[in-house]
This record gives sequence, structure tokens and C-alpha cells, in this order.
Amino acid sequence: MQQIDPSFTALPLRELADAALSRARELGCTHADLRVERLRTQNISLRDARLESATDGEDAGLAVRVVHEGTWGFAAGMALTTDEADRLAEQAVAVARVSAAINTDPVEMATEPAYPDGTYISSYEIDPFTVPDPDKIALLVDWSERLMCADGVEHVQSMVLLAKDQKFYTDLSGTSTIQQRVRVHPQLTAVAVDRSSGAFETMRTLAAPAARGWEYLTGDLWDWSGELAEIPELLREKIKAPSVQAGRYDLIVDPSNLFLTIHESIGHATELDRALGYEAAYAGTSFATIDKLGTLQYGSPLMNVTGDRNDEFGLASIGYDDEGVAAQQWDIVKDGVLVGYQLDRNMARLKSFGRSNGCAFADSPGHVPVQRMANVSLQPAPDGPTTEEMIAGVERGIYVVGDKSWSIDMQRYNFQFTGQRFYKIESGRLAGQLRDVAYQATTTDFWGSMSVVGGPSTYVLGGAFNCGKAQPGQVAAVSHGCPSALFDGVNILNTVTEGGR
Amino acid sequence: MTASTLISAQEIAEQALSLSQADDCMVVVTERSEANLRWASNSLTTNGAMRSRQVAVVSIVDGGSGAASGTVSRSGSPDLAELVAASEQAARDAGPAEDAMPLISEASGGGNWDDPPAETSIDVYSTFAPELGSAFGDAAAGGRLLFGFAEHIVTSTYLASSTGLRLRHDQPTGRVELNGKSPDFSRSVWAGAATQDFSDISVGSLTDEIATKLGWSERRIDLEPGRYETLLPPSTVADLMIYLYWTGQARDADEGQTVFSKKGGGTRVGEALSDKPLTLRSDPQAAGLQAAEHLVTMTSSPAASVFDNGLASPAIDWIRDGVLTNLIQPRAWAAKTGTAPAPYVDNLILEGPGGAGASTEEMVAATERGLLLTTLWYIREVDPQTLLLTGLTRDGVFLLENGEVTASVNNFRFNESPVDLLGRVAEIGRTQRCLPREWNDWFTRTAMPTLRIPDFNMSSVSPAS
Repeated sequence: MQQIDPSFTALPLRELADAALSRARELGCTHADLRVERLRTQNISLRDARLESATDGEDAGLAVRVVHEGTWGFAAGMALTTDEADRLAEQAVAVARVSAAINTDPVEMATEPAYPDGTYISSYEIDPFTVPDPDKIALLVDWSERLMCADGVEHVQSMVLLAKDQKFYTDLSGTSTIQQRVRVHPQLTAVAVDRSSGAFETMRTLAAPAARGWEYLTGDLWDWSGELAEIPELLREKIKAPSVQAGRYDLIVDPSNLFLTIHESIGHATELDRALGYEAAYAGTSFATIDKLGTLQYGSPLMNVTGDRNDEFGLASIGYDDEGVAAQQWDIVKDGVLVGYQLDRNMARLKSFGRSNGCAFADSPGHVPVQRMANVSLQPAPDGPTTEEMIAGVERGIYVVGDKSWSIDMQRYNFQFTGQRFYKIESGRLAGQLRDVAYQATTTDFWGSMSVVGGPSTYVLGGAFNCGKAQPGQVAAVSHGCPSALFDGVNILNTVTEGGR
Repeated sequence: MTASTLISAQEIAEQALSLSQADDCMVVVTERSEANLRWASNSLTTNGAMRSRQVAVVSIVDGGSGAASGTVSRSGSPDLAELVAASEQAARDAGPAEDAMPLISEASGGGNWDDPPAETSIDVYSTFAPELGSAFGDAAAGGRLLFGFAEHIVTSTYLASSTGLRLRHDQPTGRVELNGKSPDFSRSVWAGAATQDFSDISVGSLTDEIATKLGWSERRIDLEPGRYETLLPPSTVADLMIYLYWTGQARDADEGQTVFSKKGGGTRVGEALSDKPLTLRSDPQAAGLQAAEHLVTMTSSPAASVFDNGLASPAIDWIRDGVLTNLIQPRAWAAKTGTAPAPYVDNLILEGPGGAGASTEEMVAATERGLLLTTLWYIREVDPQTLLLTGLTRDGVFLLENGEVTASVNNFRFNESPVDLLGRVAEIGRTQRCLPREWNDWFTRTAMPTLRIPDFNMSSVSPAS
């Protein structure tokens, strides 16, 4: 059983809380919360099996958020002193006063029980920050060299991102929580270059980032040796593959690609702040507006999507959110129909949802909490087929594996994705890779065309470290679980033709 | 993570240097203050006033067969002995660096080292916020909803090295974005501006632009996907050119991995990308776009090397009169390929001869039939071979007929390469300061012209508004 690092619990957290909250109370705030956070990161990158960069960072600070005369105020600083906590409470009230000139909606928050002594530690075995750097670098060098020495691989880029977050939260209602989370993201990319034609192609590992420790790289949680051994041949096949003929194909999407489509077309589209317009000038709004709750046919009846803050290895899993709301799981799409949103306490109250489902999150002590994504996952069909069985059922189609580029519009209708590899399916069999493929669709058409959902054996938890939202920009890590799934008649582009060549 | 805040940035730098037992050491202290307001549907949503300090130590040690570097950074007022020791350990663990070079020991300019950090506060909005509040009142009365964000950030960066550098740079960065919508969200338009201090921001001129474009949007027609003559206004050109700039790294090109790689090996430097007299350049002294004149980096990559900290980053042409002239590269890669170093500069300018040319209004008046865009969004790479990018039009696609705006049009997904576009430009407008939409979290200092593209590829329709 892991423990919160003693160097964090040794900070004067109670004293800071007393200073900030008592000052806020004196100044007449109806809500006040204090966060103290310490974020540790390490990024190691190699190029052609040589260390390019290893940077180790730590960001620590505190923030006070208040509701003063119905208006938000927020202030953040660095010094972990009671004087600073006191000053930040005053400054947050000053920010609320300046902002009152442009506030027309008094803030109210949905109620939540108080948790006077909440603790959460994510599930990991080896804290990556206890592993000596030479061991980390040596592992990446070894993996890179295995790729470098293979025929046809000219360059290799490898990296690992490591993070450990600690967060203390307390508010005027009596909640006080302390949390520690660890996550890792290893990734290797092999590059083939054909000097005579000037063509180049890449092939990347599919291992998803995860809320796990260093054991993700050294244990048997992912078959690194198997994947590294496979990549050179996959890359050689890809660079020689024929260019796709544009048109409509039945598309089997592997979980290593589908997680990102879920993220963009379901995860973001069911954030209530987007539906209400809070992100309208930046991340955008959503076609899934609140008047459609309970009636919008989001996809085929096979579609069941949940929001989840409890998944053991989910990147968005927590004990409590940044408004003191306990982690939950809930339905977002049930039998193809929109039935839920991701909420914070202000929106839950505003739109009469009762309780918040715990999606308020700030990515750093210097940023204000906003509604951020839970682990939004597509549920497998309990008796659904394997991926091989799905392929066997397709006459003419394409099977896509691994994510690559992604783009979706500001209302989450029109999207276009590429992948690591696209296989042609002919008469129920894989018939080699294709090049220059992208798939383009409209969200509800795409999910409406989902005709087969894979079984539990195909389910994989994917995810990303780099989901961006809000102004000032905030970054959050989030996981998405999903099975393989079959989509009928999806529009496939040839990207060379799209480029006008 | 200690309690003290009394020690100054300069003292931190000197103390860290004196604690260093490495062969060489560089210390970068970044003091940052910021204030922001965000609003939606004519009302505040979030706000904040934040202050932070980052201390980064780069140690250089003998790595056996060459110098090795290690970077460790901490926020606030860290334990410097611990930080410096961690940095030295990181350097010893790293092994010889591929980008090792003798450190910079002399630099001209570099600001007033001894001055306290420049700063901003929420008071930067003391005029702006009330004006915005009254604009909300006007918008509500006129049946419009306003959304947007205003941000002001001031950083003071102090670079000290064991080789004697004491360089300091103050960087103000401000931006405001205003999005106007009809109450049912079916019409949506945008105006934005970059600023150094908000003194040049007029809420009135932004709201006028919103009102004009919402007026243009009252007649709406649907168009099919296809290739259209298109006027790309400065903000859209900035977003496309920034992607091109970021991709223009010499090592990646030399290694055959980008659109700037030459068939058979090497880079395309020297090759004409356009037959038009287009120049893409950076200049740290460009008026209104002032940026750092020395390189500061905590991380080595093909774009920059920690060994180059303090290197002068003067004005440079990336493309001159249509010809690719420079790709970003640190000293080490330049030495390896027998070329000149080309440090990254944090601003970007695209212009025709002298930056002159027609205004956007004149280009509209000269258009028989075409599209006028407002901004681009969600730009991502589809094919690195050609730098084919996809993305969406956003907040205003307007149909131009016989020199006038006659309707607004549905949004599109485009698939286009900025390199290809430079080769197909039909007209270059007058260069003006502008705010990129997609990349303004990372890049705000741009001046771009409106470009006329005869055949911009609108790949599919987006129903979004």
C-alpha cells in the first residue's frame, strides 16, 4: 500500500487552510476553497538511441477560490505561508469585485456532503521518481536499439513522460481531502526513409498512457518485447503498401484508435459547460444541447457509454474533485440515447441535476477549476465477438489500428482521423496494409452506423496525457475504455488526393 | 518547497551558480504574473490573478567522451543546494550530449539585470472591464451574446551562466478574443487582437466588428464542398504559417522526415516554394511584436539546445522572395552540416514586397465570386510528407459576389498544405498585426497579409456554427 509522500503531508496544510478560509469568511464569502498542489514531472526523450533531453520539473503552489456577493474570485501564488494564504484570500475577493462589473449570473453551487478526512492514492507499484535516471535511460536505449538495428528502420524517437501529483483541498463546508496520483506514458516511433523517392513513414507503439507506475515499463502489463519485435516488419509493409481508393467502406476500429474518436466525439460533446456555451469562444459548444437530454439518438441501440472517475487505472480517476465532490460513475449514453452530462457544482445547480458528478478539475495550482473530462468509456457487448470474428464477417472493409492525427469541429459534428495502420479487409480476411488513409464522418451518423460491438475480450483502456481545454489553457490526462467495433459504410479519404496531387 | 519569498531572482541565480560544482552551469529564473477574465453569454465565467516563479538549473559535466547536460527545475523558492545537486546528478547520468558546444560567454544587450521583475495585475483591466460590462448591456439589448477571454501575462526571465552571462528579458503578452452569437447560437462570429499592455485595445472596435459580421450572417446559404477562390484573412494565415514555422527544423529535414527534406538527402533550403515575392521572417525588434533577443531553453531538441543558452537570436528570413532560406537549428547541428545556426524567434511575419498590398476590404471589392474566411480551428497534420493539414473554418465564412459580402455560408473542413498554398497564392494583401486563433495559447506575435487562394480545398461540410 502506497502512502502520500511525507514531504507533502509535512507542509503546514492546516495552517494555510485556517489562514485562507478564516480571511475569506471575514470578508463575507459564501464559498471559499484552498488548494495546495505539488506536481512533479519528468520528460525523457531519445533520438536514435541517444539521450536528447531529460528534464525534471516540480510545480508547487496554492490557490484560493471564493464566491463573494455572488461572483467568483480566484487568486494563486507560490509561497506556502499563512501570510500568502491570507493575501490570496484578499486578492481573490479583489478579483471578484473587479469582475462584478461583468457578472450577471449569481453563482450557486449544488450541495455535496462534507468529507472531513478524505484520502486517495492511485494504484501503482513503483513510484517512477524512485527509479534512478540511468535505469530509465538505459531501458529506453535498449528499446530504441532493438528498433534501430532492424532492416528498414532509419530513425527512432523514444520518450517517456512521468508525472506525480499531490493535492490538498479544503473548503468552508468542512471538506478536507488529500490525494496522490501517478501516471506514465512511454512511446517509441520508428521511421523509414526512402531516400530515392523522398518518401517516409512512421510506426509507433500502441501502449496507452496509464495511471500506473514504472512497473508498466518493466512488468508484464504490456508486451514491449513483442511489440518492438513486430514494428520493423509492420513499417516495411506500410511503406510499400498501396494507396487507398477513396470511398465508403465498412470500418472495424480497434480500441487503440477508437478511444480517441470517443474522446473527441462523445467525451467533449457531453461536457455540460460546452453545451451551455462556457467554452463557446474557445474549445467550442456541443450539438448535444441540454434540450435533447433523454431524447437525442446519439448512436445505434448497441451504444452504451459511461462517465467514470473510479476506474482503477484511469488517468482521470480521483477520490474527490476540485470542488470536494466524491468520485462517481454514471451513464452518458444508454441504448444509443443521450442520458447524461459531465458536471461541476455550479452547473449541476443551475440546470437542476441535483448533485455534481465530480468533474471540476484544475491542472495546476495556478489555474481555476473548470469542468474536465471523466474517463468516458464505451461498454463492450457482454456476448460480443472477438476482433477476428468481426473481421471474418466483413466482405469489403478496412481495419484501423492505433491513433495518429485527429480533428473535429467546434460543435463536435464533423471529424477526421488517421491511424498507425490501416488493413484492407477482403472476404473476411486481412489483405495487407493501405497507405494514405483517413476516415471522415459526422458524429451521430458514425455512431448510428455502429452495427457490431466487440465483446469484453476486445476491451482496452486507452487514453491521452494532453487533453486541452479552457482559457487560460489547461491540460488534463484522461482514459477511455472501449471494445473493437464495426461501423457500416464510413467515408474513407485518400490523403494524397486531398492534398491535390 | 520552502516558505521564504524574500530572496530575489538575481540572488537566486548568483547563489545557484556559486553552489555549482559542475564544469559549467546555467541558471534560468522566470518570474511570471498574469491576470485574466473570461466570459460567456454576456456574463463573467472565470477569472484569476496568478503569480509564479520557476528556477531551472542546467549543469554541464564531462560525460567521458564529451559534455553532458542535465536540467532540473522547481517552482517558488526551492532549496538551491538540493536543486543544483539534482541538476549535476542528472548531467552525470545523461552521458555525452550530441548537441554539446562551448557555452556562450559574451552577449550584447540583455536588459537591466538588477531591476526587479516587471509585473501585471488585475488592474490592467480597470478600463477594459467596465467597457466590456457596458458592451454586455448593449449586446443584451441588441439580441446578441458575447463570449470571450482577455489575458495579460508579464514574464521577466533571468539567465545567468558560469561563463559570465547575465541576461534579462521582460516579455509582455496580451490577447483578447471576442465571439458574438445570436441567442440560438446559429450565427457566430469572431474578432481578436494581440496586445502588449491593453492600452491599444478598444472594446468598441471589437464589438463593431462583431456587429458587422453578425449583420452579414443574417442571410445564410449552403454551399457544397469543393475548391473555392478564398480570401484567407491575417488570423488564418498566421495559424497556417505558425505550423509551417514549427515544422521548419533543419535536423528533421536533413533526416528525411519532413516536407522540407530533399529527395536524395539534405534539405530544400535554396528551393523556391513560391513564384511570388513572399517573405516569411522573424525579427525580435519588430514594432509591436518585440520578442527575446537571446535564446533561453531548458530542453534540447532539434529546435534548440541547452548549450546555446544566451545565443543571440537576431532577425532572420525563413523564406525570402519565395525561396526557402533558413530552417531552425542549434549551433551543434549547424556545425555538423556546415551551415549557420538559426535560433528560433518568438514572432513571425509574412509579407509581400515592403509589406504593402491591398487591404482586406479592397481585396473583397476586387472579388467576383469567392469566400472570405474569419478563423481556422482544430488544425492537425494529416500527411507530414506534404505537410497536409486538416482543420475547420470557424466563426464566419462569407460569400463574396461582385465585390460585396452577400451571405454567410456553412462551415467546412479543409485539407490543405501551407507549403502548397504558398505556391498557389494569387494575391498578397497588406501585412498587419493579427491574433492567430488556433495557436494563440502559444504564439501571439504575428503580422500577416490576407492571401487570395484561387482553389482552396474545402473537403466536406461541417454543420457546426
